[in-house]
Amino acid sequence: MKRAAILACILLVACTQSAHVARNTGVYLLLDTSGTYRGELRKAEDVILYTLSRLQPADSFAVARIDTGSFSEKDIIAKTTFDERPSVANAQKRVFALKVKDFIARENSAQYTDITGGLLQAVEFLNEKGTGHKTILIFSDLEQDLDKGYVRNFEVPFAGFDVVALNVVKLRQDNYDPRQYLARLEQWKGQVEKAGGHWRVVNDLDRLDGML
Amino acid sequence: MSMNALLSITPWPTLSAILWVVLLIAVLYFARHTAHQAIRTASGALSNALRIASHSVSHAETRLGERNREVLLAAGREAKERIIEREFMRVGETVRKDLANYPHLHRGLSEAIGQIEKDHQDAVEVPPDPPGWVRAVEAVSKLDAKDGGGDVLADMHKSIVKAHKEAMEVYREASTERHELLRAMMPRWRDVQQLLTELDKKAESLLSRTAGVDRHMQEYEQIVKREDKALSVLSSSSLVQFFVSAMVLMVAIGGAAINFTLIARPMAEMVGGTSFIGIFKTSEIAALVIIMVEISMGLFLMESLRITRLFPVIGALPDKLRVRMIWITFTILLLLASIEAGLAYMREVLLQDELATTALLRGSEASIDNGFLWITTAAQMGMGFILPFALVFVAIPLETFIHSLRTVVGLAGIGLMRALALVLRVFGNGFRHLGTLTERLYDLPLFVPLWLESKRVNDRNGSTEVPVEDLREVTP
Repeated sequence: MKRAAILACILLVACTQSAHVARNTGVYLLLDTSGTYRGELRKAEDVILYTLSRLQPADSFAVARIDTGSFSEKDIIAKTTFDERPSVANAQKRVFALKVKDFIARENSAQYTDITGGLLQAVEFLNEKGTGHKTILIFSDLEQDLDKGYVRNFEVPFAGFDVVALNVVKLRQDNYDPRQYLARLEQWKGQVEKAGGHWRVVNDLDRLDGML
Repeated sequence: MSMNALLSITPWPTLSAILWVVLLIAVLYFARHTAHQAIRTASGALSNALRIASHSVSHAETRLGERNREVLLAAGREAKERIIEREFMRVGETVRKDLANYPHLHRGLSEAIGQIEKDHQDAVEVPPDPPGWVRAVEAVSKLDAKDGGGDVLADMHKSIVKAHKEAMEVYREASTERHELLRAMMPRWRDVQQLLTELDKKAESLLSRTAGVDRHMQEYEQIVKREDKALSVLSSSSLVQFFVSAMVLMVAIGGAAINFTLIARPMAEMVGGTSFIGIFKTSEIAALVIIMVEISMGLFLMESLRITRLFPVIGALPDKLRVRMIWITFTILLLLASIEAGLAYMREVLLQDELATTALLRGSEASIDNGFLWITTAAQMGMGFILPFALVFVAIPLETFIHSLRTVVGLAGIGLMRALALVLRVFGNGFRHLGTLTERLYDLPLFVPLWLESKRVNDRNGSTEVPVEDLREVTP
């Protein structure tokens, strides 16, 4: 009897612990819709579909655009937390893919590029979801262009986040002076790693295996 | 103290070194007796401890061997009793079935023999009447023809011929009747022969069974008498059973793994695909539990059928309760098999759904309509339904494996203990010799003072014999 009670306690503790340890993944993808990057959105669709194919039941996924003021829920194009049942999760993935296709087909260019606001929104979203692994994908040239009145010179709490910059294209001025491109990458890397995050750059979209 | 300091006790380092060496040899020489005692004590203590440990392990090995022997004999006795009991039951069944038929057989034989006897009596040939006319014919023939003897003879001749014809006809009829009777006897003879052949076969079957019982009884007697031959046979048989049952169990584990693959994926639809118990997915544990329950039900079914005897409590249940248990376990198995078939179907549906989603996400919406898909679906469902019943039979090799495992573990334990005892003994002797070697090595730098001492003793005794004490000290 005593042994059975001990065994039950161990099982209960194991179950309780398993309930507390989140093993799911949360992915937040930021899409740059500024004029300089508008033409790259078709590639973004492939990245989104690839991400959808890799995510599992109970994972969370959101796609948001980067525009003049990106720290807003209104910029989220599609978001979902997949059901625990695989069949329902598959149905959700199909709906999600249709939403993204629809957005890419009708999206207009944004005047300004508020990347920091989008990142902060991503951090807020993923923290709220409480996923075990948190990944922010930035599909952008990383050239931030803020409108007047937007304050973004603060540190975003990236601790526990993987930040992956995708398809960071070279701008026209980067060709004249490549140091600008390298400095831009270095600046974002420093900003993320200083706040405790992990920074990566993936420019080859044919090799997305290690992205998530 | 550094080497330089040691060599600077005199102005000449060589002299200093010689002084140190002499001093060291002197110290070693004066401490020699104590050092030898210390070495002997240490090596002796280690050697004795290891020898005692070796004896202890040998003793434990002997006890384990005896215990193993007891277990093996008991298991062999029990198995043999079961075989003999079954043989007796078969003999009893044969005797009951055949002897129950014996009165009928006996009556049939008696009737057949009686009928044959009667037919035989009826078929006896009746001898023809003696020729009564002969004397009358002789008397008439002596009469004169004129006295009318010729006419009488002619009439008599006619009458005789007529009587002869009639007699011949009667004789022929009687012969025909006898032949008919003899012909009718043939099937009865055959019946009797057939009955006797059957009887012979049954008797032979009984005899062969009794020969088997005799053989088993002889083996049983050998076991009861605890003969080494019986023990050797049992041990060998147990090892063979262990390996064979282990092989069958491996096959069963393969079957269980396939079963697990069939139901683990659709289980995620029932219990969720993301919850964990410890480091394992709940859906996988649920699938495993279902398989384990199936195996358990199979065990109970086999126990209830008295095919295996892992749980004596089930075997000892009243027949009514046991039969009820058979039906209950079989029903549960049937339900689980049906559930598995459903899950296997669900697996196929999920797989198709996932393939369609993946195709959509890859941008290829057109899907190829596979007309043979139903074959794989049906095959999966069939496997899902059959495998639980196939797993029922795991109980038989499992029982054999468990029973033979005891013997194999015992034999392995004996082997290990024997090896350990040997190693301990070798180390014990090694330490003893190491002590002797250390004493010799200790004496090696002291050869000069020892030689001088020996010379002094010899001079004193006027003899060249080595002192007894020295011999004692270096003798191992």
